[in-house]
Amino acid sequence: MKILTLIRQVPDAEARVRLSGNAVDLDGTTVVMDGMDEYGVEEALRLRESGAGVEEIVALAIGPKRNEDALRTALAMGADRAVHVETDERLDAVSLSQVVAQLAQTEQTDLILVGGQEADWDSQALGAATAERLGWPQLTWTNELKLDGDKLTGRHDVDEGNESFEASLPAVVTTQQGLNEPRYPTLPNIMKAKKKELRKDDLATYGAQSRVKFVGAEIQTRARLNKIIDGKDPQAAAAQLIDLLRNEAKVIK
Amino acid sequence: MILIVAEYSGGKLAKSTLEMVTAARQTGREGPVTVLVLGQNVAGVATEAAAVADQVLVADSAALSTYNAETWAAAAAQIAQEGEAHTVIVGGSRSGREYAPRVAVKLDAPYLEDVISLSGSGEGLQAQRYTYLARVTETVEAQGPVIVVSAKPGSFAAAAPAAQPGEQYDVDLELPESRVSVTGRNVEKSSRVALAEADIIVTGGRGVGNAENFGKYVEPLADNLGAGVGATRAVVDAGWRPYAEQVGQTGKTVQPGAYIALGVSGAVQHLSGMGKSKYIVAINKDAEAPIFKVADYGIVGDVNEIVPALIEASKR
Ligand SMILES: Cc1cc2nc3c(=O)[nH]c(=O)nc-3n(C[C@H](O)[C@H](O)[C@H](O)COP(=O)(O)OP(=O)(O)OC[C@H]3O[C@@H](n4cnc5c(N)ncnc54)[C@H](O)[C@@H]3O)c2cc1C
Ligand SMILES: Cc1cc2nc3c(=O)[nH]c(=O)nc-3n(C[C@H](O)[C@H](O)[C@H](O)COP(=O)(O)OP(=O)(O)OC[C@H]3O[C@@H](n4cnc5c(N)ncnc54)[C@H](O)[C@@H]3O)c2cc1C
Repeated sequence: MKILTLIRQVPDAEARVRLSGNAVDLDGTTVVMDGMDEYGVEEALRLRESGAGVEEIVALAIGPKRNEDALRTALAMGADRAVHVETDERLDAVSLSQVVAQLAQTEQTDLILVGGQEADWDSQALGAATAERLGWPQLTWTNELKLDGDKLTGRHDVDEGNESFEASLPAVVTTQQGLNEPRYPTLPNIMKAKKKELRKDDLATYGAQSRVKFVGAEIQTRARLNKIIDGKDPQAAAAQLIDLLRNEAKVIK
Repeated sequence: MILIVAEYSGGKLAKSTLEMVTAARQTGREGPVTVLVLGQNVAGVATEAAAVADQVLVADSAALSTYNAETWAAAAAQIAQEGEAHTVIVGGSRSGREYAPRVAVKLDAPYLEDVISLSGSGEGLQAQRYTYLARVTETVEAQGPVIVVSAKPGSFAAAAPAAQPGEQYDVDLELPESRVSVTGRNVEKSSRVALAEADIIVTGGRGVGNAENFGKYVEPLADNLGAGVGATRAVVDAGWRPYAEQVGQTGKTVQPGAYIALGVSGAVQHLSGMGKSKYIVAINKDAEAPIFKVADYGIVGDVNEIVPALIEASKR
């Protein structure tokens, strides 16, 4: 049983996002592994540690050269090997799923773990699109997962509340908070990770092309009023705030 | 035609369906605006949909009694093909964004995800959507004989009923067996105003102190204002409130007229779920808290002192 776990590298949540021209420019921005993908790597490791018969965990990133760092982090956490489809081109999630699906087939993967929502493109589509291409079922927003033989059980969030589920491998699972607490790589494991295989693939061999054109980006900052009241006299401050909401903003009656 | 897959809940058409009708009309693309209703015993939903659409296709069958990603995708793709739809619009809910990519793959169509605006552009569509945890607004474009779109809830005005209701037609579908079996359901519906439809939301963060204080501060203030109650992830992780109330990247996205944050620091992941609110109000004892940077109104002070005063002042 083999697991493919998808890795994206995104700006650190505290980092400022800058634009240059009509696109986001990440030069000089601190980038980290997407938190939702950390859940995926961690879950793969936990499934192995639970004795579920996991033979290999492969980390996959598709993107620019700097993604190597995120892949090394995945290897240091405990993934066995990494594949980097290196490209500076931006592909939409549905086009990208072509690459993932082909790789899953050549790697004879049984389970694909994908972040529930990407912290850069805010997309939730990659897992579902990959599952469709492979003809597999999918479980999204998963916060509990167990594997016994080829039987998956667990719990995932739905529109209102959550559901417990059962499904069989092969399958695609997307992550959600609560799934686990990702581990920090230890120094010896960081050293070991440097010797693990990180294969480079050429995007051209997958024949995937973006079907969505990215024509522009803006940072729309809504001008906020910033009327901040000192709360030393709570009654006066509260009365003033309610008055502003009632008579200036007119949002309460 | 433009195909919209209806969203409904508890036998009532959801506001998001009316929003999708507006999105469809804004494209200016030709053909009837067609709403597809999938489910069992959905005659009432279909009639509500007919009030705003040019036509309604109804697939009423036991096989559609509960939502399932693979069934919904198969149904939408089949109807899109038979009806030669050039645009397929799905709701930007959690479930909509789960099956829409499957529809796109089945139709070999480009997919514009979670869009906040939509317009026709040559042989295709142009849309805007948020990226980078809703800090950036991107413009995207797709061309092709058929394009799949998911529409972010709350981004389009609700369509008003037309002078003449659209015709309703029953359709038959060939549906795949679901390969995921649901073994348990835990419906976490807040007993209060639904967050997605609330005009005012009062959210408590860790600064509220404990679960009991939600009953003492957050709920009474929400009651006075007729508001929904929200929570930060820190509060949900601590078990003070149900996940259904979580606002943010991994919770709900909301856009109320007023968002009142009590003891919330304003982390990026939280802002990504509420940053587009019309007015943001913050109560926090730390004048440097990031939430004040995005606030229209605020009080620097202790929740324990300020909120009781707000509850008093907001009584009608
Ligand atoms: C999957 C699917 C099933 C549909 N089933 C029906 C249906 O059962 N009855 C229906 O009237 N419309 C049906 N329609 C709607 C139909 O295709 C037209 O969009 C709609 O009738 C508007 O027609 P029109 O005014 O553009 O005229 P036209 O499309 O030129 O149609 C002329 C007449 O033919 C009839 N007609 C057209 N398409 C169908 C069809 N697929 N099956 C049966 N009669 C048809 C209509 O009654 C209409 O009055 C269906 C559409 C789809 C996508
Ligand atoms: C992948 C990922 C996804 C995430 N998704 C979400 C999400 O969906 N939603 C979400 O909310 N978070 C999310 N987070 C977590 C987020 O980063 C923050 O940790 C969280 O929002 C903090 O919640 P908080 O503001 O309640 O708590 P804190 O950050 O601890 O802030 C508490 C605030 O209360 C103030 N305070 C304390 N006591 C008082 C008092 N007595 N009176 C007044 N003010 C007081 C403090 O000054 C402080 O500003 C996510 C994180 C990650 C990594």
